[in-house]
Amino acid sequence: MPFELLTEREGQVQRTREGARLNVVCDKASVAGSVSQRACTFCGSRVVLYPIADALHLVHGPIGCAAYTWDIRGALSSGVELHRISCSTDLREKDVIFGGEGKLEASIRELVGKYQPKAAFVYATCIAGLIGDDVPAICRSLELELGLPVIPVLAEGFRGTKRDGYNAATRALLSLIGRGDTTKIGPLSINLLGDFNVAGESWIIRKYFEEMGVEVVSVLTGDGRVEEISRAHGARLNVVQCAGSMTPLAEAMQERYQIPYIRVSFFGIEDASDALYRVAKFLGDPEVLQATQRLVSREVKRVMPELRTIKQSLVGKKAALYVGGAFKAFSLVRALRQLGVTVVLAGTQTGNTKEYEDLQEVCDEDTIIVDDTNPLELASFLLEKDVDVFIGGVKERPVAYKLGIGFCDHNHERKIALAGFEGAVAFAREIRATATSPVWQLMPRRHRRSDVREDVTATGEPNELL
Amino acid sequence: MNCCDPEPEGMILREHGASNHAASAEHATERDASQGTLPKHHATVNPCTLCAPLGAVLAAAGVEGAMPLLHGAQGCATYIRRYLISHFREPMDVASSSFTEASAVFGGEDNFSRAIDNIRRQYDPKIVAVGTTCLAETMGEDLRMMIDRYSQSRSSSLPIVHASTPSYRDGHVEGYHAMVLALVQSLARPLTKGAQSASPHQGTTAKPALPAEARVNVLPPIVSPEDLRHLRQIVEAFGLGGTILPDYSDTLDAPIRSSHRSMPEGGTSLVDIGSMPLALGTIDFTMTGLVRGASDVLVERGVSKFLLGLPIGIVATDALVDCLEQLSAQDCPGWLEAERGRLLDAYADGHKYVYGKRVALYGDPELVVAMTKFLLEIGAVPAICATGARNRALSSGLAALPPGSVERVLEDTDFSSIEAACRDSQIDLMIGNSKGYRAARTNGIPLLRLGFPIHDRIGAGRILSLGYRGTVGLFDSIVNTLLERVQDSSSVGFSYL
Repeated sequence: MPFELLTEREGQVQRTREGARLNVVCDKASVAGSVSQRACTFCGSRVVLYPIADALHLVHGPIGCAAYTWDIRGALSSGVELHRISCSTDLREKDVIFGGEGKLEASIRELVGKYQPKAAFVYATCIAGLIGDDVPAICRSLELELGLPVIPVLAEGFRGTKRDGYNAATRALLSLIGRGDTTKIGPLSINLLGDFNVAGESWIIRKYFEEMGVEVVSVLTGDGRVEEISRAHGARLNVVQCAGSMTPLAEAMQERYQIPYIRVSFFGIEDASDALYRVAKFLGDPEVLQATQRLVSREVKRVMPELRTIKQSLVGKKAALYVGGAFKAFSLVRALRQLGVTVVLAGTQTGNTKEYEDLQEVCDEDTIIVDDTNPLELASFLLEKDVDVFIGGVKERPVAYKLGIGFCDHNHERKIALAGFEGAVAFAREIRATATSPVWQLMPRRHRRSDVREDVTATGEPNELL
Repeated sequence: MNCCDPEPEGMILREHGASNHAASAEHATERDASQGTLPKHHATVNPCTLCAPLGAVLAAAGVEGAMPLLHGAQGCATYIRRYLISHFREPMDVASSSFTEASAVFGGEDNFSRAIDNIRRQYDPKIVAVGTTCLAETMGEDLRMMIDRYSQSRSSSLPIVHASTPSYRDGHVEGYHAMVLALVQSLARPLTKGAQSASPHQGTTAKPALPAEARVNVLPPIVSPEDLRHLRQIVEAFGLGGTILPDYSDTLDAPIRSSHRSMPEGGTSLVDIGSMPLALGTIDFTMTGLVRGASDVLVERGVSKFLLGLPIGIVATDALVDCLEQLSAQDCPGWLEAERGRLLDAYADGHKYVYGKRVALYGDPELVVAMTKFLLEIGAVPAICATGARNRALSSGLAALPPGSVERVLEDTDFSSIEAACRDSQIDLMIGNSKGYRAARTNGIPLLRLGFPIHDRIGAGRILSLGYRGTVGLFDSIVNTLLERVQDSSSVGFSYL
């Protein structure tokens, strides 16, 4: 059947026009019966806290919520890997009837004894909320009993969108922050918020700051450690990368600990350079600034030749992107532009009004902007815009592939680090491998079998097929 | 062999009497950990099951023009989509009624109706298949009433089928069976000859290629699209039509297109489902444990059932061939006989490399039971048989084996238990889905990927393991996985066998 945009979604799908100011409707619950690409409140909290590798993550609910989030992100750890196991109270019918509190207490004791974590996060899912288990009270009493932070994450799926899950994660992180000793933290210090060390990206960024002479007190939450996070309030500046998930935490830390924050991105060489300079300028130390200049100039020189070469094969290609948060979208638009690729569709799961305004600023004219889209919309727009490469997560991949369109994973599952200067090169290689692969030329969108026959006869060779 | 015998050889009879439970105890089932050798656990660590609505969605994906809808919060549908996509690598649209806090307090009927309205506008489905999430189940949402009220208020004849799928009761295996049961219960109406044209769905779907009287119903558990295609090929080789329910061989393994289809092509048509009670018989490869299965409903509607194990190996595939010969009164075609011979030839080539090898099997009960019998057939040792399913199908399926065939049976288990069991059982090979990767890696055991989900490799939908042909591929893979281990760990290497 022909594609029809749902009336309820009209405000959430817009096209940029010269001089026009779009008001993209956003931050609202997904429309019932529309196949949203979003998950739920639980998912939002789980993805943010997931990379904390020395904490126990216990999902209180029936088995599904834990099963679907087992080893879900490519968030690497430099040591302990408790985040890569999946723990659930696996509530059963009798627990739903009689309450799951006993099982929860026993599970926390058992798992803390077995895995010796530095803290425990206890996620309350839909059912925990509905049957009225007092998760915060159990966490409080077990924290006293076991002598480690036991932190409730109230993330019932029906309570709101994925964004509300970010807020639940923020509250959980705030209850860790402030517990640690900050006396040894120097003045040239930052926290990196919203990097999840997917494919080791936090390590790339940390290395830059170390070279600049900047102390990274904690990364929230990539390669995260409870001890580091509990000292985060001692840093001088919060550097926020994934703005969607971490702005609430940055704002809360500003209020509570008077730590200012800046929003940056490390995707693409422009944004990565800009991020490092902004941190250096904020800290105001001449040596740091000099070191930053040396680093940026060396790295740009190192990666530019290959980026230029790759650009030659990409000029004129068209890209679509659908990502979680808006800051990644801005960066990708700029990074793609630098590779000669035009973004013709840009969307996010969780962007807010201000972010959508900024997104249209950075986009070319007649770009389709979508909030909380669905597969039918995506497919329709990919074809309309004749896209060469679609950038998104696993759920978007088959929408592209089934139409014979290239796809690049820029979500948790990817195994290639795309941040920083080396990441910019890896990204360019990814886009080239995707957009210029010869297989797309064989796809029905570009080519029919009869074309082959014509091609063959056009060369004058005898064609037995005809 | 007369496959209408009450207890045909090679077939698993689904009985849930006390005798079966007594028999399963001989295999030291560790379902109830207090009776087994494993310490009692409170928490589940690294689940060996997915949730019930996922199974319901997958079953629905094999029905032509069916749109799956999960009644509950948005996340369930999205997680399930992501999981199915990562295995099948196909578009997989699952709608949600997207509960808000207000729906959780005041009930979700309004969301339900809006969801169906929006699905109809966007997808124009032939049927909506509804699964209920834990949230809706705990709230006690009355789906039957909501469906009736929806159909009345909209004057809609759109079939809406509901399977109750709370994950605090069931996993994906049971959810899949529940949806197949619900589809058969509500759509396989006992039609009489000539009454097909009176089908309420007539005109929306192509008519069956063969009259219903020359068809057999086939009820598979979760298998690959390639397996479904091969099952159809085998059934048709006997001059029979096959109504396979569900049949996602096309919907979840579709060719690339130049335009997007809101509904993928293929799937079991509603007309074919409606005609199931007229078929020659139902070949049921599922094991629903203690719960009534779809084939039982069809028996009530006049169709004999033939309970077979999944056709993996000579004996199990012979049982299917015997059954089809009986139903069709036709002999096994030559090409299939030849494939049988090639499988035996492969056994001769490779038997030494598998003899006595200790294998840990895990996954859905039907696959684990079939693989257990296959391993016994080729001289390997099914040392561990494990499933996360809760329906007791695994222990009842293994109960018919001679005592001592299987060393350890773990039911309703998790991967932390499987990993521990593998650690002290000198396992040579693990066979199962991708979720066993960590246990395999930790224990240094090679892993052969089979079943669902496989999301760390491509081509899960193209794995064929059924029939003589599928078994040849499986056997070769097992032998070669073991050989590769020997070769890799050899100090001198070798370049021939």
